[in-house]
Amino acid sequence: MSDESKATVRQYARNAYEQLGLPRLIIIAFLLSLFTLAVIMRMDLSILIKDSITRIGMNGILVLAMLPTLACGVGLNFGLPVGVIAGLVGAVTSMNWGLKGFAGFFAAMAIAIPLAVIAGYLYAMLLERVQGQEMMVGTYVGFSVVSGMCMFWLLAPYRNPAMIFALGGKGLRTTITLDRTFGKVLNDFLGFSIFDVYIPTGLLVFMGVFYVLIALFFKSKAGLAMRTVGSNPMYARSSGINVQRMRTLGVTLSTVLAAIGILVYSQSYGFVQLYTAPLTAAFPAVASVLIGGASLRKATIGHALIGTILFHTLLTIALPVTQTVLQGADISEIARMIMSNGMIIYALTRAERR
Amino acid sequence: MGNGNVLELKDITKSFFGTTVLKDVSLSMSPGEIHALVGENGAGKSTLMNILFGMQVIFDTGGFEGQVAVGGQAVTIDSPRKAMELGIGMVHQEFMLIPGFTVSENIKLNREPTVSNVASRLFGPKLETLNEPLMQSDSKAALGKLAVSIDEMALVGGMPVGHMQFVEIAREIDKKNVRLLVFDEPTAVLTESEASLLLAAMKRLSSEGIAILFITHRLDEVMEVADNITILRDGEVVSVMPRSEAKLDRIAQLMVGRKIERPVLPPRKSEPSDKDIVLKIENLKVDMPGERVRGLNLTVRRGEILGIGGLAGHGKVGIANGVIGMYPASGRVAKDGVQIPLNDPKHALLSGMAFVSEDRRGVGLLLDESIEMNIILTAMQVQGKFLKPGALPNLRLEDRAAVREHALTVIRDLDIRCTGPAQLVRRLSGGNQQKVCLGRAFTMEPEVLWVSEPTRGIDVGAKQLVLDLLVKFNREHGMTIVMTSSELGELRKICDRIAIVYRGQIAGVLPPDASDVDFGLMMAGKSATLEEVS
Repeated sequence: MSDESKATVRQYARNAYEQLGLPRLIIIAFLLSLFTLAVIMRMDLSILIKDSITRIGMNGILVLAMLPTLACGVGLNFGLPVGVIAGLVGAVTSMNWGLKGFAGFFAAMAIAIPLAVIAGYLYAMLLERVQGQEMMVGTYVGFSVVSGMCMFWLLAPYRNPAMIFALGGKGLRTTITLDRTFGKVLNDFLGFSIFDVYIPTGLLVFMGVFYVLIALFFKSKAGLAMRTVGSNPMYARSSGINVQRMRTLGVTLSTVLAAIGILVYSQSYGFVQLYTAPLTAAFPAVASVLIGGASLRKATIGHALIGTILFHTLLTIALPVTQTVLQGADISEIARMIMSNGMIIYALTRAERR
Repeated sequence: MGNGNVLELKDITKSFFGTTVLKDVSLSMSPGEIHALVGENGAGKSTLMNILFGMQVIFDTGGFEGQVAVGGQAVTIDSPRKAMELGIGMVHQEFMLIPGFTVSENIKLNREPTVSNVASRLFGPKLETLNEPLMQSDSKAALGKLAVSIDEMALVGGMPVGHMQFVEIAREIDKKNVRLLVFDEPTAVLTESEASLLLAAMKRLSSEGIAILFITHRLDEVMEVADNITILRDGEVVSVMPRSEAKLDRIAQLMVGRKIERPVLPPRKSEPSDKDIVLKIENLKVDMPGERVRGLNLTVRRGEILGIGGLAGHGKVGIANGVIGMYPASGRVAKDGVQIPLNDPKHALLSGMAFVSEDRRGVGLLLDESIEMNIILTAMQVQGKFLKPGALPNLRLEDRAAVREHALTVIRDLDIRCTGPAQLVRRLSGGNQQKVCLGRAFTMEPEVLWVSEPTRGIDVGAKQLVLDLLVKFNREHGMTIVMTSSELGELRKICDRIAIVYRGQIAGVLPPDASDVDFGLMMAGKSATLEEVS
């Protein structure tokens, strides 16, 4: 190799390093070592890869929901359950009507989005009053909404026998199967297998469409205004931007994305989980976007995408691999907790240091 | 130097990074003397005080030359604590009080008398109990010396500013060995009645033998209480005089006076006049903290460069901020006879005005965005420039090519030194950041440009460039410019008229070649025999 091309390679490597940053390189290295381990342990790689891809598609939009609030300066949207609940109401309503397949899925979206707009707007009004503490307040808003909605699930007038508790005949079940309604509609749409790896085409395309839409939004006039509000509200004000309106828009947009995100998640998972299940919905999404390199000051589509891929691949393959290595010790849930919460702490402490 | 003087400063010289800010400054004070130190913003008063109090910033920048003697003994003051031990006290302009503590707790803060108890015998003196009765009686005595009735048990939070000022003073005179007090602009935040109480208290203190160094802009107060007056200008003592020899207009002239080299500015086709008014401001009130505007009237002629001068805290900076809508404002602002809604930056900008803020880093820039984004964003948001066509106005996409092209033009025209339009603004020097701010405003192609403190915090060469740019845009594009500045010199260089603001109102409008006396007096609120510019 000539010196010149060596220099080019070095430059290229340095650029890649600066783009990705050390934490992501470490995680990528860790992932590669896990795959190596999996090969050594003669595990079925195709299943690991298939699960990873599916999980990425399932969670992509929930992670994307973090971007608008980060961009408009509200911070990480720990109140993600607000949107998730709106999505779940859409899902159960559509199921109650007995709609099947794509009709059921899009009906659920059609119900969920207006609900999310209203809920998001109210949530934004609240956050406007607690400026500077949005993330803390958001966390508790999420908790309260989830708990409050437990009563709704119990008392709401849903009558479809497939959904309500078998005993007593009242109240929605904690976990409802989507088998006979819109379970896996996206995953199965145009799905195909390559080298024994199943590719859920519809799921990935649906996620991709939202990523492109949001990327375009941040290049539009309103999107740039939102970013400006996030990076310097005084500059925004002196540029004639209505700061409060942009923050409201950001929070509402995030809530709507959360509602759509949970629908995508549920259809892929095959179940709708109610009651306290959405309590911690925000944390994996927060961890993903942070792992992707976003900070409270800067967050891009790329961060969301890389974060989703890294975090969910890690979660998906780390557990089976370690379990195989450790001979069946069940550490899955604990490891999941340590990883996602550890990542949040790491990234938040880093972000505060300016 | 054993002459019984409380303080003797001799030939103090100090420079920051090659710029001399103090040159051979000498000053002496005898016990019980009230000595006034007057000068414009930037004359070197603060630096002198930093030296007197041994502030770290002085030593971090290479120390100073000259001698300091306290009580006839040469001393080296290398920390604020040392100054305190020598009996020098400071009454700060911004109060250093803890709102949640009582008056006596604040007065005795960190100097509390204590009595020992069981815990302190075991674990050391840090755990001794406060001697509260003694704290209260001491505080009462200190407040008594000032002849003010303030309850020493009251909480400081929520007190009127005047009272807080007295608590500050009480804290200083409670220190047993205090023999010299420095008052830094003590009346700036006070009402007139509070100020006269304070002046009375100062006289009482001096009669008890405490010397007072009184730093102020307000010449009438100087005439009222000072025994001697030192006038500082551009880091040099231009005059020392006893009050008996002092005259108000003489001080004013000495304070401001400097050779103004007004460059020959390019001519215009027609000179601006009162026949063609572009902006009419009536009864403007702006609630900007520290720079309140209280019912101000001003007219701006089309095509002129109007300067707004005045001392800090009198509201000159508030005018532009109020008209553009950055701070709550009321009153009437009409452009070309059409009223502009206040408190609404978008409409203010849409009506053909642009604003360069005095707070460059806080308001003027997005520090972590590129130069091009900083330049075009306001024009894009307000005027819809640099957007691709689209059906929904708010979702039209940024036109990258147009942005880049415009940014390159601005960088070339304003000579912004950078690695390219994508460079982050944070990495630019102050002068180049200011050019980006100007570029942002020029991109709006405004008819009226409000510029606040355009040369603050940038080096001398860049200052001249910025002023030249303003003149260029005024002459070539007929842009009306209203420029607010603390530096009278630069206003006199490029402005057609200069309005002086005093206590939130226009004290008068002067031509740039008016005498130093006129400017000095007007800034001090004494408009003697002044006429408006015709």
